[in-house]
Parts: sequence; structure tokens; C-alpha cells
Amino acid sequence: MTGNLVKRLRGVSFYSTNVVLAVLFLSPLVWSFYSSVHGPRATGGKGGFGPDNYIRLAEYGAGLGRYTWNTSVVTVLTVIGTLLVTVLGGYALARFQFPGKNLLFIGALAILMVPHPTILVPLYTMLNWVGLQNSLVSVALVLVMFQLPFGLFMMRNAFEALPKELEEAALLDGCGNLGALRRVLLPAVTPAMVTVGMFAFLASWNEFLTPLIFLTEGRNFTLPIALVSLRSGEMGTVDLGALQAGIVVAAIPCLLMFTLLQRHYVRGFTAGAVRG
Amino acid sequence: MSTITSAPRSRRSDGARRRARTEATSGLLFSLPAILFVVVLFIVPLVLAAWMSLNDWPLIGDPSFNAPDNYVAISNNKLFMDSVLFTLKYTAVVTVIFLAVALGLALLVQSTRPGVGLFRTAFLLPAAVGVASSALLFYAMYNNDYGPLDDVLRALGLISGDADFLGTPNAAFASTVLMVTWRFAGFYMIVLLTGLQAIPVEVYEASRMDGASWWQTLRLITLPLLKPTILLVLVLSVTGSLLAFEPFYVLTAGGPSNSTVTMVIAMFREAFTLFDLGSAAAIAMVILVALVAINLGQMYAFRDKDKK
Repeated sequence: MTGNLVKRLRGVSFYSTNVVLAVLFLSPLVWSFYSSVHGPRATGGKGGFGPDNYIRLAEYGAGLGRYTWNTSVVTVLTVIGTLLVTVLGGYALARFQFPGKNLLFIGALAILMVPHPTILVPLYTMLNWVGLQNSLVSVALVLVMFQLPFGLFMMRNAFEALPKELEEAALLDGCGNLGALRRVLLPAVTPAMVTVGMFAFLASWNEFLTPLIFLTEGRNFTLPIALVSLRSGEMGTVDLGALQAGIVVAAIPCLLMFTLLQRHYVRGFTAGAVRG
Repeated sequence: MSTITSAPRSRRSDGARRRARTEATSGLLFSLPAILFVVVLFIVPLVLAAWMSLNDWPLIGDPSFNAPDNYVAISNNKLFMDSVLFTLKYTAVVTVIFLAVALGLALLVQSTRPGVGLFRTAFLLPAAVGVASSALLFYAMYNNDYGPLDDVLRALGLISGDADFLGTPNAAFASTVLMVTWRFAGFYMIVLLTGLQAIPVEVYEASRMDGASWWQTLRLITLPLLKPTILLVLVLSVTGSLLAFEPFYVLTAGGPSNSTVTMVIAMFREAFTLFDLGSAAAIAMVILVALVAINLGQMYAFRDKDKK
């Protein structure tokens, strides 16, 4: 009887602690969604709910559509570029002996150790030399580079985990290395690709420092840069209502992707923990 | 691949050499994009940063060699020197808080009770929101007219009158620490959770059979076995906090009166407010060397104790 009671009490305290903490963690997000559509700023003076914050946000600066488009361009280029480079590179690192192999892997991991601003300042100068300043493509290229340590590590491990017989059969069937990679190996490493792609998506959609340094023209701003310039009131007084709407717009794709693919996010860490 | 085992010895080694050569060529071809990215976008800029730090390098105009002026100027750069102390303080405080909060959360959601997955998701969800967005969200929450936080605190009787979340140096610091804890605790919780789950169940069972209390199990079993993961959290948190930029740049804008300027914000201002890229590069090199030294030190400290 008492054992049962202790067990039940433990259950109650477990759930109540968790619920309180979950409310604390979720309430800022909930408040942001709520206040973006509620209150005088959202309705134009009346109480209740209204879309005014979003309407003002849509017309802010170069327009919400423009900023969302810019962010999407950077994100899509970064995700595709990261997958392309890390799948090919991970395959090479896992399956081929070639000079400079270890050097490449160490060089890519060293990116982790170097503060981003340390390379962003000289990169900014280099981009000016080749006339690529203020371009979304150059932002994406740099973001792909920042994804390399994690991406190469993940993809190399994924390819190493596959049995060699898999591609040997394909090679005997007359496929080239590339054919074997495309037809046989890629389906087998898809989970790792989802993880790498998801990290690249979250990082590039939310990246702040790189576009802040590289992009000087308002038309090219990405969402985070546009929102921060809204906060500093560069174009008039701070419109906190429109800011809330902006935070919601910026957060929704990440929250959606995150809830759908949470398993893959966690997988990224497990891979790191197991393989050290 | 091994179909020519019956071939004469010399021809086989010829074939092996040829195979090794084609293998090397394919390997280089497949890794060529990665090599280009590492060399052009990482190694070259790193070398250029070192070179820039030895030059008077204005944002617009021709550079001229002036070593070691940029490095000498660092010690007279009050904004940066103050930012070093501030960044160290911030790093120490948030790293302790991250470790404590994340470990607490990880132990809490390690359970296999039904519904625990939902709680994990709730704690992890802020990590999906960008740091800049999180800082903006808290900026609005800390606003007395717009945000609910001052009303909540007043209703709880914790403050009387107006709250001032960002107005004084200490308040701005604490407000930022609260924001980054909200944003990062779940992330570090997951890192620690993967470490916790790698500990075999048998170890816990054995300790329970020996009559160890919850606290003894945590201190004598869990924490020692979790050491590699804790080291990972330390390295990630120390690196991230020493390089903190967005939290303060967005939430406090370095204020009030430059009291929350981090090293990276000081470097950013040197480059893009004062247009002195050479000095910014010198600061960047100093940060780089310090960061590598600190991380190697942490790894060394942890490895040393492991061997004993």
C-alpha cells in the first residue's frame, strides 16, 4: 500500500514538475503568436483579434515578401550546396584512399575551432575584390562552408557504416563509382542526409552575422536582418506589433520542420556521441 | 574487385598500382568540392586575416604594412579590453547555468514514463528559433508597455513600481542570461541525454542493489560516466559564449553605456563603425588564439583526471 502511494506521489511530482517547466519554456512562443494577432496594434485601436500587425509587416521596408524570398534563396542554396559537397566528400573520405585525405578531414574540422567573425572580415574583403559583395549567393557559399565540419563528419560515418558488398555488386554490374553512389548508396544514407539538410536549413534560415556583414543593400536583407533593423527603429519608431508578426513568420518554418524531423535532429547528436 | 588473384605476381602488383592510382583519382575528384570550399573560403581567408592584422587596412582605400601597430593598439583599446572581462564573466555564468539546467532537464526527461517525449519537445522547441529572433522576442517581452513580464512580476509581488529589464548594466546582463538559457537549455539537454542513454542500465541496477541513494548514484556513477559528454557541453558552451554576438547586439545593443559589449561586438565595431579592418583582424587573431588555447586547456584538464 505505502509502496503504491510513494509510486503515485512520484508520478504526480514528475508530471507537475514537467508541466510547470514546459509552460515556462513554451510561454514566450505562445505569447509571441498571441500578441501578433491580439491587442490594439493588431486591430487598429479596438480590442480582440486582428491582422493589422501582419499588414504593416508586409509593407515594411522592401516588403515582407522580398525578405522572405531572400531568406529562402539563401536557405535553399545552402541546403543543396551542403548536401552536394558533403555527400561527395563523405563518400570519398569513407571509401577511397587518396593523398591529402586526412588533411581534408582535419581542415574541415578546424572550421569548428575558428570564430566566424575571424574569417568573415577577410571574406568580406575578398568578396569586394571579385565583385560578389552584397550577394545572396556569396552568403550561401559561406554558410555551406560553416556546415562542412558537421556535414562531412555525419556523411563519412554514414558511408562507413554501409557494407562494402553493396557497391561492389553495383560496380560489377557495370556501374561507375558515381552510378553506384547514385543508385545504391544514396538511398541507404538518406537518413543522414535528412539530418545534415535539417541542420543546414535551421542554420541558414536563422543566420544573422554573415548576412549582416555581407549584405549592405536593404533590398537584399534576409528576414533576421530586416527584423533587427525594425527593432532598432531605423525606419521610424519601433513597431513592436509588427516585430511580433515578423518573429512568428521567421519561426514557423523552423518550428514546423523541427517538430516533423525531431528524430533526425537528435540522431545528429547520437552519431557524434557514439563515434566520438 | 579481387578477380585477378590467379594472375602472375608482377602483373598483379602492376594492376594493384593502377587500381590505387584510379582510386586516388576518384577520391580526389569526389572530394574536390569540399577541398575547394575548405581552401578558398576557410584557409585563404584565415591567412588573409593574419596578413590584414599586420597592415593598416581601411575599409575603403589602399592597405599599408604597419606591423605590429594593430596589436599594440589593442592594449589601448578600452572598449575591447573591457569587453574581454565582460565576455569572460558572461561565459563563466552561462556555462554554469547551462550545465546545471540542462543536466536537471536531462535527468528529468530520461524517464520512460508515457508522455515524456512531449516534454522533451517542449524544452527543445526554443532551440529551433533563431538566436536573433529569440533576442527580439525577449526584447518585446522586456518592454514595460508592450510585454507582459513586468505585470507578471508585479502580480507575484516580486517588484513594485516599474521594472527596468534592460536599463541598468546588471539588469541587462541578467535579462540576456535568461534569454540565452531559454534558447539553449533544451539543446544542451539533448546533448546530455544522449550521453545518459549511453550508460548501460545494468550499471544503475548494480548500484541500486548495493543500496546506493539517488544522490550517491548521481555523484558516483552517473556524473563520472557522463564526463565525455559534459566536456562536449563545456567546449560548446565556452566557445559559443566567448563568441557571443547576437544576444547582446540585438537585445541590449551593447548598452546601457557599453556595459554589455562582448569581444565580437567590439571587433565588429572596429571593422564596420570605425572602418579599421586591420585592427579588427588583429582582434580576431587574438580571439582565435585565446579560444584554441582555452579549448585545448579544457580537454587537457579532463583527460588528465581520466587517467588517474
